[in-house]
Amino acid sequence: MLCLLDSDEVARLASVGLVLSHIGMDGGSTEYLTLGIFLVAACLFALMPLGLARLWAWRFAPTKPGPVKNSIYECGLESQGDAWRPFKSAYYLYAIVFLVFDVEIVFLLPFAVAFGGLPLGAVLAMMLFVLLVVEGLLWAWAKGVLRWS
Amino acid sequence: MDVGLRSELQRHGIFVTTLEELYNWGRSNSLWPLGFGLACCAIEMIAASMARYDLARFGAEVFRPSPRQADLMIVAGTVTKKMAPQVVRLYNQMAEPKYVIAMGACAISGGPFKQGYNVLKGIDRYIPVDVHIPGCPPRPEALIHALMTLQQRIAAESLVGPNRPRHLRRDQPGEFPVPEYGSHDLIPPKNESIWRPPVIVRSG
Repeated sequence: MLCLLDSDEVARLASVGLVLSHIGMDGGSTEYLTLGIFLVAACLFALMPLGLARLWAWRFAPTKPGPVKNSIYECGLESQGDAWRPFKSAYYLYAIVFLVFDVEIVFLLPFAVAFGGLPLGAVLAMMLFVLLVVEGLLWAWAKGVLRWS
Repeated sequence: MDVGLRSELQRHGIFVTTLEELYNWGRSNSLWPLGFGLACCAIEMIAASMARYDLARFGAEVFRPSPRQADLMIVAGTVTKKMAPQVVRLYNQMAEPKYVIAMGACAISGGPFKQGYNVLKGIDRYIPVDVHIPGCPPRPEALIHALMTLQQRIAAESLVGPNRPRHLRRDQPGEFPVPEYGSHDLIPPKNESIWRPPVIVRSG
């Protein structure tokens, strides 16, 4: 990236990076210089188009917001009600049960693959973990969540 | 800039341009239409965007599903009075600068359904139309011609001065009133500020 800039710009970027590294954690070492330069370049890369667009709007094209233009897009129709409507709180149970199976499968698969060569301690720890998760399932079962009503 | 001087410089490999030309060049070659069809003209519009006619050659193949990302509205088909408020609202929700092509006889004047009680007699009663394409339906070549005409118009727009287009003027509106359903007709039946019927002068 640096090869695209001319020497002046490189010098400026380097000085900014130096200042950053002085402020930063390492008190004067140039270890973080590249990081600083890239940080500044990334910020400029993101902010410059926004700034240019704002400048362009101020100089040439006035922004024209309005009640219809700012309204919610719903295929040309007027939107009915608010998008921020509450959901039924009972759905949290589904989230919890999903989490039980999700976490279980993430750990069970590597557990099953490495099962043959595991020491006894690891097997016991894993069993404890599985029991903890199964306890959640049993709780949900006892509560009657698994029965669709 | 003097045309002679420019071509002289060009012959030596130096290309000169203005901010205005650069801006218009970019804009006219990346017109993103709103993916929006009303009737049979939309079939021709779809054909124009496909490989055989290849609207992509003009940078206008990116049909956007949201008016926030589109800057060209192709009114392709019959605008019924039931649909007119939605069309106007979609136009209003598009970001500036925005352009409108009225495609086909129906979008221009109501076409073969002009006598119908439920058909709007031309979308230019509510929103400013830049290019009209006659035909029922117009062939894809006609749509491409309309797009090229619009590109030429955009290329000729000036950034400053009294002749600058609507979207660059602070006093010009960015959105137009959306009509409402009345008991017999849309209310208002037309936007007086942008649509004036031609005055018929009878001779003899």
